[in-house]
Amino acid sequence: MTELLYWQALNRAMDAEMAADETVFTLGEDVGLYGGTYRVTEGLMAKYGEWRVRDTPISENSFTGLGIGAALTGLRPVVEIMTVNFALLAMDALVNMAAKIPFMSGGQFPMPLVIRMPGGVARQLGAQHSQRLEHMLMNVPGLRMVVPATPQDAYWQLRQAIRSDDPIIVLEHELLYFSKGPMDESAVAPAMHQAMVRRRGSALTCIAYSRMASLALEAADTLAQEGIAMEVIDLRSLSPIDWQTCQQSVEKTHRLLIVEEDCRFAGAGAEMAATLQERCFYLLDAPIQRVAGMDIPTPFNGAMEAASIPRSADIIAAARALTAAA
Amino acid sequence: MDRSVMAAMLRDMLLARAFEEQAAQEYAQGNVAGFLHLYPGEEAVAVGVLHAAEPGDYVVSTYREHVHAIVRGVPPRQVMAEIFGKKDGISGGMGGSMHLFDRERRFLGGYAIVGETFPIAVGAAYAVAYRKLPEAVICFFGDGAVNQGTFHESLNMAALWKLPVLFVCENNHYQIGTEIHRHSAMVEVHKRACAYGIPAEKVDGMDVLTVHGAARRALERVRAGDGPQFLECETYRYRGHSMADPGSYRPAVEVNAFVANDPIAAAIHHAEPHYPSAEELQCVGPDCVHRFTEHCCAEGHLDPAAVEQLRQEVGAIVQDAAAFARQSPAPEMVDVQAAFLRNRRFETLMEDPQ
Ligand SMILES: Cc1ncc(C[n+]2csc(CCOP(=O)(O)OP(=O)(O)O)c2C)c(N)n1
Ligand SMILES: [Mg+2]
Repeated sequence: MTELLYWQALNRAMDAEMAADETVFTLGEDVGLYGGTYRVTEGLMAKYGEWRVRDTPISENSFTGLGIGAALTGLRPVVEIMTVNFALLAMDALVNMAAKIPFMSGGQFPMPLVIRMPGGVARQLGAQHSQRLEHMLMNVPGLRMVVPATPQDAYWQLRQAIRSDDPIIVLEHELLYFSKGPMDESAVAPAMHQAMVRRRGSALTCIAYSRMASLALEAADTLAQEGIAMEVIDLRSLSPIDWQTCQQSVEKTHRLLIVEEDCRFAGAGAEMAATLQERCFYLLDAPIQRVAGMDIPTPFNGAMEAASIPRSADIIAAARALTAAA
Repeated sequence: MDRSVMAAMLRDMLLARAFEEQAAQEYAQGNVAGFLHLYPGEEAVAVGVLHAAEPGDYVVSTYREHVHAIVRGVPPRQVMAEIFGKKDGISGGMGGSMHLFDRERRFLGGYAIVGETFPIAVGAAYAVAYRKLPEAVICFFGDGAVNQGTFHESLNMAALWKLPVLFVCENNHYQIGTEIHRHSAMVEVHKRACAYGIPAEKVDGMDVLTVHGAARRALERVRAGDGPQFLECETYRYRGHSMADPGSYRPAVEVNAFVANDPIAAAIHHAEPHYPSAEELQCVGPDCVHRFTEHCCAEGHLDPAAVEQLRQEVGAIVQDAAAFARQSPAPEMVDVQAAFLRNRRFETLMEDPQ
């Protein structure tokens, strides 16, 4: 078992799949010579050449569409979109093409396409570069989306996504690339979309994903000192969602807190709250609570930016309130 | 050309350089965070083009836009405060370095999604033409932006409806780490405009007078109702793409070649008559120095002392801007909400007060 940074784990996953399968190739802005904006494709061009590691012009809609065309004809493209913000320019390719071709063709065409990109609020990148768009992508039937929070999951889930015949979005996070964690290349991976209980607890269940999962764990530490045992579930996948793991936890704790960096209104948490109240209504001792990003574009000022998304203290306060409710 | 115009351009170039170097220092000291895309090396483009513009013209720029804003008259204090994310910033600390907006000066923004400046400029030009006004819209973009679909879509509409836009490509040869030959099939950017019948010219973007002349002629044609015009300015950025980028993908010889051709040095050269170096002076003796200095003063040309004075002047402006930005208060959540709700004047939104 080694300790790796998140980007290094992704880099290893890319390397492993490219070595194993000649049809796997990657393309995107600065993925080649530069080695990737967040270093994920570092060293791959030297090893696999430019047909397999292709630097593209700034043409998101068309190079994503190119990935789709190549997937239709037997290659397994991994398209890197530099950040999720630019995926907005590729929405037609993603929503009208990648998500629909397999279905519209009556299943004739598989779509072994992976879209890798970081999302989320980073540090003072401004409103156009600090967005969370998972709610938009979750809402597209035909697309699947995983949200790894650890190097190990990044490794496992990227490899699984590349091997899948469906279009899969691997949503990374700017602030996770340089986070470190244990990584075992030989360990058996759980199912790609399975949620994981990261910490056991009985007082309440906290569901989070991506960077918010580690924030929730941090909060759970503090809460434990106060005698509040918060169970933390790292969702790992937003489409589909592993409802069973969530439900089992709520059956035990009877209280549910959902934490998301995404905006609250019609965000990912709204789907979780809706479905879990359908499934668990009579088990709940209190209304489901959400801690979410504010419904505003991200302010540039550092303190305001930090205040616009959940902080550990917000999670702690919400957990206290939720467990205090009779 | 009028010496005062030359002196004004030189002053703006010096100010631009000093401002950006100060911003870099503030970043290094941790006073500024996020992306910071700086302009050193490219000053002749913004200064040459914008000195050819009229106050009523609109300007649309990218995330590398501090200098465009300053040359358009946005106070350096407010630009610096915005870069710091402070309340006195030109966008109230909500936008940051990449999103400078100044309604009063018709500065329609810095845009951080590559390719956004085209449709914005075409829309503003549509509004100008709609009202039959004599104004022009100046649209800045990089060499990397011309491969975005909006470039082609917008140029087509601008030409189709003869809209008053001047497209200005700041061709610094790089799209972050990708050199132009690796991102574009047609590297002579101005030729792309031919596809839409837009008159286009390529100029030396390291030479402010050349840029200025070409921009003036192009803007005259825009105002004469000839429709959109296109300028490709070949230039170079001395620093990395942003402060987060070491720029190590560029060969040193290439960087040095462009630094040797520094637009500011070129502008100084234009603005002052050849002034002999210390070695040259030693050869000819002190007498001619005296004569030459008298000659320059009599003719009203610039001399090194005047250049030095300009440097000091802009240095003081920049120091003042930085001090202002440092002490400016940070915005608070009420300011954030106020900015967000500012234009909701009369609608009822059915929100419950929380
Ligand atoms: C649509 C989109 N894709 C990618 C990016 C990331 N990005 C920011 S600047 C840049 C390079 C732009 O190069 P160019 O247009 O030549 O402008 P320069 O930075 O050289 O001034 C890229 C790829 C972006 N901001 N927007
Ligand atoms: Mg460029």
